[in-house]
Amino acid sequence: MPERRVVSPEYMLFDAPREKKYLIGNEAVAEAAKRANVDMAIVYPITPQSEATHIIGDMYAQGYIRDYYRGEDEFNVMSAVAGAAMGGVRVFTATSGPGTLRAFEMFPVWAGHRLPIVCAFMTRGVNSPLSIQPDNIEIGWLADTGMLIFHAEDPQDFFDMTLQAYIIAEQPEVHLPVGVCVDGFFVTHTREIVELTPEDEMLPPYDPSVSPVVAMDMETVPVRHMKDPFVMKSNYISYNTHASWQQEVRAAAERARKHIYKYMGGPIEVTHPDAEIMFMTSGTAAAQARVAMERMRAEGIDVGLVKIKVIRPFPEKEIAELAEVPGIIIVPEHNITGWLAREIRSRVNNNSKIYSGPRVFGGMTMPPEVIVKETKKLLQAGVAV
Amino acid sequence: MEALKISPGFEKVMPQEYLELVEDGPYGRGLGVKDLGTFKELIEVHPLCAGCALGLSIRLILASLPNPENTVIVGTTGCNAILMPQVAIHNIHCLFGNQSAVATGLKRALRLRYPNTHKDVVVMAGDGGVVDIGLAPTMHSWFRREQFTTIMLDNEGYSNTGGQESGMTRQGVVVNMAPLGKKFPKVPLHEVAKVAGCAYVATATPARARRLGQMVRRAILVAREIGPAYVQIFCPCSTNYKFPPAESLKRAKETEITEYMVPEAKEWIERIEKGPKAEEVSNEA
Repeated sequence: MPERRVVSPEYMLFDAPREKKYLIGNEAVAEAAKRANVDMAIVYPITPQSEATHIIGDMYAQGYIRDYYRGEDEFNVMSAVAGAAMGGVRVFTATSGPGTLRAFEMFPVWAGHRLPIVCAFMTRGVNSPLSIQPDNIEIGWLADTGMLIFHAEDPQDFFDMTLQAYIIAEQPEVHLPVGVCVDGFFVTHTREIVELTPEDEMLPPYDPSVSPVVAMDMETVPVRHMKDPFVMKSNYISYNTHASWQQEVRAAAERARKHIYKYMGGPIEVTHPDAEIMFMTSGTAAAQARVAMERMRAEGIDVGLVKIKVIRPFPEKEIAELAEVPGIIIVPEHNITGWLAREIRSRVNNNSKIYSGPRVFGGMTMPPEVIVKETKKLLQAGVAV
Repeated sequence: MEALKISPGFEKVMPQEYLELVEDGPYGRGLGVKDLGTFKELIEVHPLCAGCALGLSIRLILASLPNPENTVIVGTTGCNAILMPQVAIHNIHCLFGNQSAVATGLKRALRLRYPNTHKDVVVMAGDGGVVDIGLAPTMHSWFRREQFTTIMLDNEGYSNTGGQESGMTRQGVVVNMAPLGKKFPKVPLHEVAKVAGCAYVATATPARARRLGQMVRRAILVAREIGPAYVQIFCPCSTNYKFPPAESLKRAKETEITEYMVPEAKEWIERIEKGPKAEEVSNEA
């Protein structure tokens, strides 16, 4: 391990020199964890995530990560990273599809306890029938846990968003967990050019004293929490305590917006904002939609693209404004439920112009031709413009 | 210990109970069960039922912590979770059954942050929480040789949810969810603990208070240096087993007190207890 030096988050994201490497997504996220100065990683095998956390294990063996172990299952891994975060260290973990569901009870706990855990979700199909293939149905379920949710398009996004996730998660006024999601296999197992910051530069260590909930270390005054635990009381104060706490978790996510602009350049990326036909999508569907857009524009069809990088807090104002312009909004997705279309529909004035599809799932790919064909079909049917 | 002092000027506005804890609490004083009644305890009042042997056990456990100023307790859903928010040391109630996983992460984190101080992590949970819903993380923490103490408060059922059968209920007993009587015997978790990797295993009762205190203390000290420790405390529940509260301690005596240590643990305990400052074990790692 080279001698490492601490650099500021701003320097690392905006000014540090970048070196081009040819990496799969699982390597890119591990490289981000290395630079994020993670104290502890607790992991459990599941395809297509495992390779990332093998690499992080190697980094632990080399000294980049201070503690690391394989837990007994995803629920207990997510519990253990919570315990570690309550103990005041910076943690990383990752899972996929069925693992996400196995662990699910913990995600609202992370948010409720204001733990700035960063978890990578390399999404995949869930049973039944059995599938290990790409499918991001789980992101729709994660969206209401209280966590911040980012959706990366490619290995470069996966690297950058993981670093951005730590920086935003640990802002004192935010201090929430972040799920950095990618479409399994399409990103985790695909090799692309990724521009990395120097290997010997890392983020400043986590400072648990900024947490809105004190670390469980007996280093702050151990007040009695309460005379009567709220959980057993049926009265207004008990209800109001729980209600206001939930509101505060959501308010903390709202306060993340300005940091998302500062560190991520905003929650969305827009190409041709004045187009008559707009693709609004996220993850690898955005990559495919971009190719579809370019092909259609070459044919003289006025198509634009909104890539949604942040699912929580959802960029509702930005999406509502952008939705005023086009005659039709097409939302390609890698899942059967169409959770992103649902999100968009619920935020725009005239949602009859939102078309949910094409949707592919269970491991199916989404060739740009499919998006082009579906769009042309809609145009021929006179649905839009 | 700095964290336990009151900033100058704030003495008058601090609650009386807190002042008493600062001035006369057990932090950093090496007190034990024998000193009860002479100092301000970590628990003042609790909402558990009259005659609750579990409440008494917790009081004894809290009085037996070798270094309460550096101890964090991890609990789980159960009667004890109703009491714990009133205890004046950091304690965590996360979810039902994940206490040993949370404790694993916590203990490792505290070891990273405080390499020169023993931050004792103590899991304290009911029998259902340990032997049923939390069995996997409990046993895996032992397999991995995680260095914290697990204490099971065994009241032979799920008392907090209305008296259902647990793995620790005795065979044949008719309780909720065992309408024809429990079909299998009490899980011998204290035996399982020995083969699963625990360096110290004890079964205790609040009816033998000083012995219980000694076992809790030994368990925590072994967990610091040698390996995982498990203490199982029999806490009869008068509410769900329908006996008069005044009988709790009599019934609590009806259990076998056992103690097991691996040779390294035995050596370590003998060294501490025969040392010149048996009551003031160093908290330095």
